[in-house]
Amino acid sequence: MDAVAVEGVWKFYGDFPALRDIQLAAQAGSCLALIGRNGAGKTTLLRTIAGFSRPGRGKVLIFGQPPRETDTRRHMGFIGHGISVYDELSALENLMLFGRLYGLADPRKSALEWLERTGLERVRDGLVREFSRGMRQRLAVARAFLHEPSVLLLDEPFTALDDRAIAVLQTLLRQALADGKTIVLSTHQLREALDLATHVAMLNRGQVAFHGPCTPEMVADPGFVYARYGEG
Amino acid sequence: MQFLRQVLVITAKDLRAEIRTKEAVNSSLAFAVVILLLFSFAFDAFEDTAKEMAGGLLWIVFAFSGTLILNRSFARELPNDCLDALISAPLSGAALFLGKALGNFVLVLAVELISLPVFGIFSNVHWTQQFWQLMLVLVLGTWAMTVVGTIFSALTVNIRLREVMLPMLTYPILVPALMAAMQLTMGLVLGKPIGPDTVMWLKMLIGFDVMYTAASVLLVETVLVG
Amino acid sequence: MRNYILYGLGAAAALLIARDINVIAGLPREASQGAIFKIIFFHVPMAMTAMLCSFVALIGSVMFLLTKNFKYDALAVSVTEVGLAFLAANLVTGSIWGRVIWGIWWAWDARLTSALVCWLLYAGYLALRNAIEEPTQRATFAAVFSIFAFIDVPIVIFSIKWWRTQHPAPVFWGGGSIPGAWAAVAGWNWLAMVLLGTVLIAIRLRQEDSQREIDSLRRMAHAL
Repeated sequence: MDAVAVEGVWKFYGDFPALRDIQLAAQAGSCLALIGRNGAGKTTLLRTIAGFSRPGRGKVLIFGQPPRETDTRRHMGFIGHGISVYDELSALENLMLFGRLYGLADPRKSALEWLERTGLERVRDGLVREFSRGMRQRLAVARAFLHEPSVLLLDEPFTALDDRAIAVLQTLLRQALADGKTIVLSTHQLREALDLATHVAMLNRGQVAFHGPCTPEMVADPGFVYARYGEG
Repeated sequence: MQFLRQVLVITAKDLRAEIRTKEAVNSSLAFAVVILLLFSFAFDAFEDTAKEMAGGLLWIVFAFSGTLILNRSFARELPNDCLDALISAPLSGAALFLGKALGNFVLVLAVELISLPVFGIFSNVHWTQQFWQLMLVLVLGTWAMTVVGTIFSALTVNIRLREVMLPMLTYPILVPALMAAMQLTMGLVLGKPIGPDTVMWLKMLIGFDVMYTAASVLLVETVLVG
Repeated sequence: MRNYILYGLGAAAALLIARDINVIAGLPREASQGAIFKIIFFHVPMAMTAMLCSFVALIGSVMFLLTKNFKYDALAVSVTEVGLAFLAANLVTGSIWGRVIWGIWWAWDARLTSALVCWLLYAGYLALRNAIEEPTQRATFAAVFSIFAFIDVPIVIFSIKWWRTQHPAPVFWGGGSIPGAWAAVAGWNWLAMVLLGTVLIAIRLRQEDSQREIDSLRRMAHAL
């Protein structure tokens, strides 16, 4: 069974098709990098896979189940454009909140553990609104990994990160891949993404223009895929 | 039960955040006091006719000041895209909705309970005569406001002119509930218990609460996810 | 709907209304109220048409949520708009009647007050639609609101009627029933209104179709 299967998905805004007949799959233990110009539909596709909105046609399956199933969501982690943590709560309170929502056995223990792994253990009782940007980003990463998801969906995760946060995230993602988890990430930062990616899919105007394994040529020259398969 | 636990987690989160910032509660309370003050200018507190109306006016105060809290309900999830995290969590829409509605209920009720003594002083009304019945009406009427206000807060969270749309949509829907609450309160603050001629309003209020809670719980997933 | 059907319905409606006005003018004056009583032949059918519209709007909204087909959304908005127009006419005729008979432009008569609240409800529906740009989101949220509004309509009517029985006030059409022949005229007028409403809704539906097409073409142009 595919970890992530996108079968004939169309997404409409009114009558306009933002996604057209998307057919993609990602196996467990693989990392799929979604690339494409702005407006190509990467964020729309990722959010549809994550279950934020329903496709107009077709379906998304995460290990054979729709993403809106409660049990499926327990094993999914999402990082979007925002950090998705509360300014008025402390780092520890934020993680414990999500720990409880995800039904973890010991939310406090998991929270403390992840605060340490992201280098935030010293500011665990500080309110998020007092954090620096880098600290907020690392907390966002901690939140997404807290419940040990099997499928990670990341929307341009490297865009707003500082170097330390990128390093933390890349380490965590490599470890996740080694543990057999599945990652789908959309990106403009081709270099960082192709470093991790096992597969690449390129979107152009809502359609899949290219889908295949990530080859050494791509890693060496990221612009290669655009040149070969993209349109002007 | 898992469901109930999740509801309470959401309620606790909202209440903790609100108690720390006190944004909504403070402005709501200030607004309530100001409206009560303005009503005092408009109506002479010692006239009997004013006293007969007083119970009704009270619900205008509650409805208007309550909107300030209800508006914040889903809007507080917008900064940092927290709503995304809640939607992607293994949390049913119903649990999220009820958790928020409960949190709002507590906050609005708190503002109302603080406004009551102020109301008593300004309008010279001994409102404690039918205390427990008044509390019952307060609870039922506030739940009506909260349930409709919370679901519409979810509906309007991402749209233009959110602060204007929420009251504009909520108040017409609430007309029957507010009317019932007013009719009951007008008698209660003057010491008249709920009798056979007013018990109909109580039944209607309960019916309204049940129907709109059910409708909201059924439709909240559609509003959040589409 | 084909053009000739629309023209046919429109002509039928116009003819029917003309014939009704003729009949109504020929009817004897009502004993206590005089000529103005005849406004009832328009006032009541308008309210009934509006209620019918609100029910069809509910059907359209529910069907949209179930099928995600935009033609149901178009139906919901068209029917609601036309219904609002009829309801507004109902309010105006009621107000005129009150002015002539009681000398006041508005009395808190149970039915008129309920009509006003329902008007505000569905006006909110249109305001909500106006505030949402994206068509799918607009249709979904509007449908949800329409369902909430429809649930409220009977509650509003009942509660205001109950309020008025507790605090009686002038009732506009107190007591008395309409004699048989007159009821028939009112019925015909209702039919005329429904036909007129159907024509207006059909025109509005066409407009919605064109608008959707323009919207999607615009998005496509932006995407290129």
